[in-house]
Amino acid sequence: MMSRHTLSVLVENKPGVLARVAGLFSRRGFNIESLAVGPTEHVEVSRMTIVVSVDELPLEQVTKQLNKLVNVIKIVELDPPTAVQRELLLVKVRADATVRSQVLETVQLFRAKVVDVSPEALTVEATGTADKLNALLRMLEPYGIREMVQSGMVAIGRGARSITAAAVR
Amino acid sequence: MTSATSRPAAVPKAPQNPQGARPRPAPPTGAPIRVTGAQSFVRSLEAAGCEVVFGIPGGAILPAYDPLLDSTKVRHILVRHEQGAGHAATGYAQATGKVGVCMATSGPGATNLVTPLADAYMDSVPVVAITGQVARSAIGTDAFQEADICGITMPVTKHNILVTEPADIPRAIAEAFHIASTGRPGPVLVDLPKDVLQASTSFSWPPEMKLPGYRPTVRPHGKQVREAAKLIAAAQRPVLYVGGGVLKAHASAELRELAEFTGIPVVTTLMARGAFPDSHELHLGMPGMHGTVAAVAAMQRSDLLITLGARFDDRVTGQLDSFAPEAKIVHADIDPAEISKNRRADVPIVGDCKEVIGELIEAVRAEFEVERADIAPWWKQLSSWRDTFPLGYEEPTDGTLAPQYVIERIGALAGPDAIYTAGVGQHQMWAAQFIRYEKPRTWLNSGGLGTMGYAVPAAMGAKQGMPDTQVWAIDGDGCFQMTNQELATCAIENIPIKVAVINNGNLGMVRQWQTLFYDKRYSNTDLGTHKHRIPDFKLLAEALGCVGLRCESKDDVDAVIKQAMEINDRPVVIDFVVGKDAQVWPMVAAGTGNDHIMAARGIRPLFEEDE
Repeated sequence: MMSRHTLSVLVENKPGVLARVAGLFSRRGFNIESLAVGPTEHVEVSRMTIVVSVDELPLEQVTKQLNKLVNVIKIVELDPPTAVQRELLLVKVRADATVRSQVLETVQLFRAKVVDVSPEALTVEATGTADKLNALLRMLEPYGIREMVQSGMVAIGRGARSITAAAVR
Repeated sequence: MTSATSRPAAVPKAPQNPQGARPRPAPPTGAPIRVTGAQSFVRSLEAAGCEVVFGIPGGAILPAYDPLLDSTKVRHILVRHEQGAGHAATGYAQATGKVGVCMATSGPGATNLVTPLADAYMDSVPVVAITGQVARSAIGTDAFQEADICGITMPVTKHNILVTEPADIPRAIAEAFHIASTGRPGPVLVDLPKDVLQASTSFSWPPEMKLPGYRPTVRPHGKQVREAAKLIAAAQRPVLYVGGGVLKAHASAELRELAEFTGIPVVTTLMARGAFPDSHELHLGMPGMHGTVAAVAAMQRSDLLITLGARFDDRVTGQLDSFAPEAKIVHADIDPAEISKNRRADVPIVGDCKEVIGELIEAVRAEFEVERADIAPWWKQLSSWRDTFPLGYEEPTDGTLAPQYVIERIGALAGPDAIYTAGVGQHQMWAAQFIRYEKPRTWLNSGGLGTMGYAVPAAMGAKQGMPDTQVWAIDGDGCFQMTNQELATCAIENIPIKVAVINNGNLGMVRQWQTLFYDKRYSNTDLGTHKHRIPDFKLLAEALGCVGLRCESKDDVDAVIKQAMEINDRPVVIDFVVGKDAQVWPMVAAGTGNDHIMAARGIRPLFEEDE
């Protein structure tokens, strides 16, 4: 059974590290569903959040292979129940004066916000889990989606523990 | 597979502490001095313990070659092709256990190193490759002789480093040597832009290494070792499945102690030939596609494989589903990613083989005091396989010279102290089968990648590292034509290797498959070296500054080998003209299970036994 797994990967903040990680996934035959990279509270460390769909055994193999990359410092799998997972969506919806108020109502329902307005369209910003963002998109679809962009998932464990504190001293 | 605990340390030791100690290098000793980047590089090589570099200069690496001329510690050997430099570094490393170093310029020089780097990566050989790069301002502009060699070699190196600041040169070199030689060894490439080499900078040694993500596990987990010992004491049909990791960990003595006091049979893979003496009564030979019937059958019927520094390669397991179906698996390797990659391990042990075997001996001793299963019936079965199906070959009926005989005689006359290298194909398998290896690091070959052309340059590197040892390259006529230009290097640099070209006029292994599986349709396997004698290997050898000899009959074999052994001032090449129809047996055909091993064509020992 293939299942989705979220890996938090702490890497050295150096040129070429993203290529090493992405290259490893493709040459070992693993598919990345989403990938997000950004800085951490330590300047020399970046954090990647990688979502993969694999079985348990291949997941162990990909984790071990990732760990062999010299620039990879630490890998933690984040379970949905014990982690906060978020994606960011920006979507441009067709909305002239006749439907604008209905669109705004939907936006409020999802606790999203409007970040740009023009006579024919609204640009909406929303964050949440993939499920929530998909639900929002389904509601906006009837009005006409002119353009959209979505980030990869980022995730962080619940509670006081820090995965970076233990890895970077 | 292994670590550097017992290896001569070339660089400041950092994460030697097991279980993830962080690198804590010693503070710099010498005060920094002003040098050019190129001088800093050469001083770093010297400080890292490098004695020899195989390479070819060119535009981008030119600045590095100037201070190299003045170095009294580093000898540079000018090769004829960068591939030769890479395999020579590998041969040097395999024979000596030290880090092998090769060097090339940017662009095509660097891309010519890709094959030997991939080769060293597959066989876990500690190699450092130095490449020139175009100046920093030109990177990314498709400049003359520019190639993104770090991008290109990412999948075939353990690590690579593009140096962007002159001050980083000592650290890059120290890290490269450290990463190459510790943990599971492997190749590391350092890319040096021309202007970084030309810049003014400071040099001090040892530099501080910054490797927060590199912490090889050397010491095994005690609980896992005890679990393994329990399985060993209870096993009725155990086998020690020994791979190249045992050689890399310098653990032959420990392996012998473990085998002798347990009485457990040993098989040594293609990468581990020499890790355990062939003459030893506990040795069943090589497993795998062309292994002995006894070794293959022992694994198939085993109830416990004690796997030491081996990786369940497809050439060993055959069809994975039907491999050793009744065996529990103890798997010890320094690379955690090898464990349960192909075959699930019942007891995984991450650690250096020397440490693992050492601790295993103690743990098994303790278990044996409680109880131990009787393995006498197992040995009865093993002896029967070994006696019924010994390695052998038939004399050709067409009067041609048997290649197996030639190789057997070289092994017998040159003896177990010599070092043997091989190319890839039939001659490689025969050299693995018919030469008796008694000592570690005497058999060097391209196991994982299967690189034709490995033998001559690897022999050159091995001879350079072990000048007082006789070094034989057992090569095929196909392989020999890929890299024989390094004989010119050997002749000029006074590296007197001996080359036996097992010349059957064909790409022999491919031809064997065409005979067996393609209805004898010989598509593009006849090289013409018999039909037209092009090239004439005797004349070619002489043109390259070697002594050229030829042998075409069985009666002359010993005499010509002895003649070659007496020549020590020049390389020698013997053109052994052998029959083209000899085949490598036993064989497990590709895609079939090991139960279908054929001792010879049509003879299936295990299959018939079950019927």
